[in-house]
Amino acid sequence: MSSRTLQFTAHFILWLGVLVMVVPIWIAFASSTHENVDIITEGMKWGLGDKFFDNYNEVLNRKGGFSQEITATSMFINSFIMAFGIATVKVIISAMSAYAIVYFRFRLATPIFWLIFITLLVPLEVRILPSYQIVSDLNLTNSYTGLVLPLVASATATFFFRQFYKSVPDELLEAAKLDGANSWKFFIDFLLPLSKTMIAAMFIFMFVYGYSQYLWPLIMTTDEKYWTVVMGMKIIFQESYEGGNLPRVAERFSYIILSMIPPVLVVIFLQRWFIKGLIQTEK
Amino acid sequence: MSYLELDNVTKIYPNGTKAVNETSLSISEGELMVFVGPSGCGKSTLLRMIAGLEDITGGEIKLDNRVINKVDPSERDVAMVFQNYALYPHMNVYKNLAYGLKNKGESKEEIEKKVNEVAELLEIKEFLLRKPGQLSGGQRQRVAMGRAIVRNPKAFLFDEPLSNLDAKLRGQVRIEIKKLQKQMGVTSVFVTHDQVEAMTLGDRLAVINEGVIEQVGSPIEVYEKPATYFVAEFIGTPQMNFINGKIHANKFISDEFECSINKDVKDQEVIFGIRPENLKVSANGSIKIKVDLIEKLGADSIIYGYDKSNNYLCYRENGNTKIKVNEEISLEIEDENYHLFDQETKKRLN
Ligand SMILES: Nc1ncnc2c1ncn2[C@@H]1O[C@H](COP(=O)(O)OP(=O)(O)OP(=O)(O)O)[C@@H](O)[C@H]1O
Ligand SMILES: [Mg+2]
Repeated sequence: MSSRTLQFTAHFILWLGVLVMVVPIWIAFASSTHENVDIITEGMKWGLGDKFFDNYNEVLNRKGGFSQEITATSMFINSFIMAFGIATVKVIISAMSAYAIVYFRFRLATPIFWLIFITLLVPLEVRILPSYQIVSDLNLTNSYTGLVLPLVASATATFFFRQFYKSVPDELLEAAKLDGANSWKFFIDFLLPLSKTMIAAMFIFMFVYGYSQYLWPLIMTTDEKYWTVVMGMKIIFQESYEGGNLPRVAERFSYIILSMIPPVLVVIFLQRWFIKGLIQTEK
Repeated sequence: MSYLELDNVTKIYPNGTKAVNETSLSISEGELMVFVGPSGCGKSTLLRMIAGLEDITGGEIKLDNRVINKVDPSERDVAMVFQNYALYPHMNVYKNLAYGLKNKGESKEEIEKKVNEVAELLEIKEFLLRKPGQLSGGQRQRVAMGRAIVRNPKAFLFDEPLSNLDAKLRGQVRIEIKKLQKQMGVTSVFVTHDQVEAMTLGDRLAVINEGVIEQVGSPIEVYEKPATYFVAEFIGTPQMNFINGKIHANKFISDEFECSINKDVKDQEVIFGIRPENLKVSANGSIKIKVDLIEKLGADSIIYGYDKSNNYLCYRENGNTKIKVNEEISLEIEDENYHLFDQETKKRLN
């Protein structure tokens, strides 16, 4: 195949991929700007309608839930706090535990690492009852601490940090030692800046992980004040069938579009580091 | 006065490798000592023990009258230049130089002054704001030197800092290091496996083999009076020629030739060594070789050939030689410049 056709094929495939990703989002967005009735009678929309402000305003500010006290805005805030908390603490804990495992030659370091690693086999869904038990024994239900804390240990991130630290040349540590860096300084002045891109990547993954939690907030929170976006999605669907009203399809679409924004923002914000790391390797 | 002193220093790695074996050495203030030896002989290990990067299994290391066995590397006040430079990749050159000073708690102005001075000295001023990744190998090498110099330590430790440079640059930097070291008068240890580097740089050399120092002395001493067979073999290119034989009645006797010895040596099996440049062509020379290979280097010609008992011998002649391959030539020993080693202990006898 000539390089032109090869390039053409490659681009064709890539564009196809883009379409598969983007078209559903576009349809959701376009539909979210129409009147409910139109969607129910005419089906999903490709073009934009004129109900953008009405629908989005309604979604963001209408009080919902059983006691009609929670708005989507406050659910967004809750989700953000939860995801941000989980991502931040996960990154810090993983970076530090990997540091301990790689740089401090204590006995059993390797078995301890594998012990951490096999927790990958026990995701939250599997241990949800004992986790709930513990959190409720600690009186942490209906609190941000309770939402975040049981999810902050991460075997995946620990693993990635460990691999990264292992690739840092020993001489760097030795030179730093001779320059008077103690273990704390080495972590702060060397490992953290060197793993900037890793941290950004981990943060993104963990943020999305925290943001998309469904089951945990669902069983953890009985107080509507702590509801999160992903839970709310379900509730808005439910509510729309009750009371004999038409399903509020357009608003559901608005809600879905809105719910995608925070993770997208995080990616946009952190991708500068991400891409920088891909272009210039610092090691 | 001894400034840096090794006293029966031993290193056994956790896996049981004995890398350094009861080594003693004393280095005086301002001296440039070169550790030279083949790969794996323990040079780096010895250096790293002085730096504090490796625990000392036995013996004592003293720096400036203080035993430093248990002193933390950062407190020893030594600076090291690594083979791959180990520059801090995420910091620019300025910060690379400043980092050690900052940790010592020096003030911003002081740091700036010192860094600028050193940058001036090493001509790296224009790169101060670049990161190591944006420098050439030679420039990185300078930065690594700068990082050592700026701290004004009690000792410099160099672990093969020139081996990543091309031949020409290596020669230049070698001269610069020598000059800088003399100018600053800082006691230094320089590790290399390159004997040209060792000979040209060192005030004294320590020739190391399998964790033991075989000889310590000035480059010329080591070259002219190698203390052991190993040193004789290791130092000098092309290598010294060796012929096995025995001493009888103060005469060296081999299958090939005989030669009277000017010193009393008891009758025993010996190795007779002679450097290529201490041979000369002579019509009635007693060593006869059949020329096998000629290397013309411009200034010298190196002639290799076999003698009758199949020793591969080498002879060096100035200029462009007229000798041809397959020619038979007779060589004789010039000015009694030969070396005798005990076949068993490998120690020098004359
Ligand atoms: N961390 C270690 N653990 C076990 N053995 C080691 C370790 N480091 C070095 N050795 C062994 O100790 C011996 C001396 O090693 P060293 O690095 O001092 O050699 P060297 O003289 O510097 O060689 P080179 O010129 O190749 O750098 C070698 O046999 C090596 O295999
Ligand atoms: Mg070495």
